[in-house]
Amino acid sequence: MSVAAAEADREAERAEVHEQRALGFWLYLMGDAVIFSLLFATYAVMVNNSDGGPTGRTLFSIRNAGLETILLLVSSTTFGFASLAMRAGSRAETMSWLLLTFGLGLAFVGLEMREFYGMVQAGAGPDRSGFLSAFFTLVGTHGLHVSIGLVWILILAGQVMAKGLTAPVTSRLFRLGLFWHFLDIAWVGIFSIVYLPGLL
Amino acid sequence: MERSTTGHGSFGSYLIGFVLAVILSAIPFYLVYTHALPAQQTLLVIGVAAVLQILVHLRFFLHLNLALTPRENLLAIAFTAILVFIMVGGSFWIMFDLHYRMGG
Repeated sequence: MSVAAAEADREAERAEVHEQRALGFWLYLMGDAVIFSLLFATYAVMVNNSDGGPTGRTLFSIRNAGLETILLLVSSTTFGFASLAMRAGSRAETMSWLLLTFGLGLAFVGLEMREFYGMVQAGAGPDRSGFLSAFFTLVGTHGLHVSIGLVWILILAGQVMAKGLTAPVTSRLFRLGLFWHFLDIAWVGIFSIVYLPGLL
Repeated sequence: MERSTTGHGSFGSYLIGFVLAVILSAIPFYLVYTHALPAQQTLLVIGVAAVLQILVHLRFFLHLNLALTPRENLLAIAFTAILVFIMVGGSFWIMFDLHYRMGG
């Protein structure tokens, strides 16, 4: 490729990136990042206030946390592949990757629900201690985000099927991608601040 | 599809991000699982691996790039970082100082 052509390609690239800057949605994500940061701070302040009740060492399972980590990370990658298929204009491939992402996300939420249910059954619900209130608020807020993301994936998969990869649909998929990748970043914080130190 | 642009990543860049994230998750999980290091050092490794993994996610999944990401988005993330620093740092300062003064 000649220097001029490379430069033109870069220009086109810049224009495309600028068009996809999604500033409004980006600002929403930053607001969400502030919310998660404060929930992390609350958890860090409350983590030792277990009121003589169960602590992370007995409640958390490294196997469960590890599985959840893998599911979310793989789903983030498969969403990346969905974005690539979308840009390549392949409707069927985009759908397949989206549905795979949905399945992985659903498995994640399933594992989390099972964990929460087991804890509540064992008398370690959010009303047991300050530690558990902070735990359920933080991890539950993340789980709620993932659940909303799942509904969102289904809606957009429906739009890809019904409308095809039109400009509005690809633009929405781009924002959903930002949201989904962002949730995996929040999860990195959760296993690094909640699960792993709790099991140490 | 094979355009390996920094703007949105390619098959290869997603794979690189995935592999790096797997490694940066496996190390802290392994250390906690085996208790191979003293607790203090393990905590340090967990923290460093988390920061590195977040950078990997920002670079390879969210395609954040100092040259190509629009300036207003970078400004927003910088402003968020300042807010988080003030609010989280301030909360810790107040709460742990209170804890200390209450003789806890």
